[in-house]
Amino acid sequence: MRRLAGVAGLLALAALIVLGGCGKPEFSDAEKKTIASLALNTLPSLKPDTTNQYADLPAAAALGSTLFFDVGMSRDGTVSCSTCHKIDRQFQDDLPQAVGVGRTNRRTMPLAGVARNPWFFWDGRRDSLWAQALTPLENPLEQAGNRAAFAHYIKKRFGERYERIFGPLPDLSSVPANASPLGSDADKAAWNAMPAGQQDDVNRVYANIGKAIAAFERSIEPGQTRFDRFAIDLATGSKPEGDAAFSPEEILGLKLFIGKANCVTCHNGPRFTDNSFHNTGVPPVEGLPLDRGRVDAVAQVQADPFNCLGKFRDGDESACRELRFMVKDGVQIMRAYKTPSLRGAADRAPYMHAGQFTTLDEVVAHYSKAPLAVEGVSEVHPLDLSDRERAALVAFLKTLSD
Amino acid sequence: MASVWRYILAGLGLAALLAGILAAVYLTLPQSAVGPDTSRSKKTQNGLFVASFEPERGVVRQGDLQSWVLTLKTAAGAPVEGAAIAVSGGMPQHDHGLPTSPQATDYLGDGRYRIDGIKFTMSGWWQLHFSISAAAGSDSVAFNIVL
Ligand code: HEC
Ligand code: HEC
Repeated sequence: MRRLAGVAGLLALAALIVLGGCGKPEFSDAEKKTIASLALNTLPSLKPDTTNQYADLPAAAALGSTLFFDVGMSRDGTVSCSTCHKIDRQFQDDLPQAVGVGRTNRRTMPLAGVARNPWFFWDGRRDSLWAQALTPLENPLEQAGNRAAFAHYIKKRFGERYERIFGPLPDLSSVPANASPLGSDADKAAWNAMPAGQQDDVNRVYANIGKAIAAFERSIEPGQTRFDRFAIDLATGSKPEGDAAFSPEEILGLKLFIGKANCVTCHNGPRFTDNSFHNTGVPPVEGLPLDRGRVDAVAQVQADPFNCLGKFRDGDESACRELRFMVKDGVQIMRAYKTPSLRGAADRAPYMHAGQFTTLDEVVAHYSKAPLAVEGVSEVHPLDLSDRERAALVAFLKTLSD
Repeated sequence: MASVWRYILAGLGLAALLAGILAAVYLTLPQSAVGPDTSRSKKTQNGLFVASFEPERGVVRQGDLQSWVLTLKTAAGAPVEGAAIAVSGGMPQHDHGLPTSPQATDYLGDGRYRIDGIKFTMSGWWQLHFSISAAAGSDSVAFNIVL
């Protein structure tokens, strides 16, 4: 009798443990919903870009790919887009600040999923992928070329390919070898001496170079990671197996990311970015020129002749709503930078717009401390995470890379 | 002696079972918190107008630029025409403003105004605030949207 009662008691205790286990699911329904919203399978298919009628033309993408890797697309024939955006390094270069013809002031951005961005660069000073591509080509620290020279180069090297896509090239015989409204004094003087029609012709070829490169970049998309396999299993109710299973540390990190640490307020959706600009109190790098982020980019994108409202856009103006409705002033855009995607981040240190942090540990320590911004107001508040919690966040971020 | 132990053990077992069941029920219960007033139609602050605010295409999607329709009627139900509308807002709990600057872009007739350029970049409690000036006077209204 006594043994029987003992067995019954033990059974009841076992029931408690089992029930306790089931009763406390690893994730609440709200957490599950958030996790599902981060998985790559929720990434919608890429929308057409009506401002670039060549965006989905294979021949344009092929020419764009050639130009992306061609060091001939620079002043001294040594720098291409791929000098900084390295194909085997997530299209970035592992440097705190990029180096082209000179040393720049910002970190090279990885390009996975880039065609989905409404804004380009850390400060969003360009509003389309094709307008973006024209910037490094003429930046004296990057490819350091000029648009007249690029037009001549295209005609000489890729004339036939260009014309099959964009139609006949203009007559460039009287266009100076080097000319641009930006760049050296000599380039500017040569540009200003050109008749308006000729400037237009060159600008049109230049815009088309951007449109071909953009067509290529549209194919650069993020790949599935361990996190995505875990999230799909969680959503379908199957037990994550093999490398899709998360360790207790990774689960804690994920919970913190979408919960107490508030990371998901900005790093949300399947690309882990809200495509918006925030001041997160990241300190400036000593020795670099003043960098105020988004607040100074507003006037630049408005003044860009290749922006959505300019005459080189294809399609109609309804595509320009991001530009039309952007926030133009206010303290919230002071030292605000674009929320970067976190996919693949663990494999591409350093971090932030000028490579301010060398490791993910430093990044997470920054969020935990949340120092005041040197200018403007940081949106992040101290989290006071324990050592264990900080390590867990890093462990979770790594699941976005394997 | 044996029987006392028997009762204690059985009792313990039952208590444990009960606690387990209670814990299971409690932990899986949906958490209901009282949120802000999310009605899509209301009187303006000083009662000058009745305003309603609806997404133009019916659905609210996080991350997309959207247009909504603000409908303005007088207290008597007549459509308010020619109103000047200023839009502001943000997330009260996060202490930050809107990620875009929405504007009243078109008058659609019948007191209806298109408010374009709205974007909700994160889930949570958003607030949109309208300052309205029309022939009848000036008033304001705020709508809460919870994503
Ligand atoms: C010298 C190195 C360098 C070269 C060359 C270079 N880039 Fe970049 N790229 C960068 C840096 C640095 C940034 C961020 C700059 C900033 O925010 O001011 C960037 C940003 C970008 C972005 C924005 C990504 C985003 O998410 O906003 C795109 C797209 C891009 N580059 C494409 C190109 C293309 C196309 C070319 C060639 C025409 C090119 N880059 C040439 C270094 C380079
Ligand atoms: C208020 C919005 C916001 C919140 C909240 C936020 N981030 Fe960020 N995150 C950003 C922005 C903006 C940047 C880029 C800042 C810069 O370069 O100056 C960034 C950069 C990063 C980077 C560097 C990525 C790269 O490629 O350089 C990592 C990693 C990161 N965040 C992780 C986190 C984690 C983990 C949390 C939660 C503890 C978090 N973020 C919370 C907006 C946010």
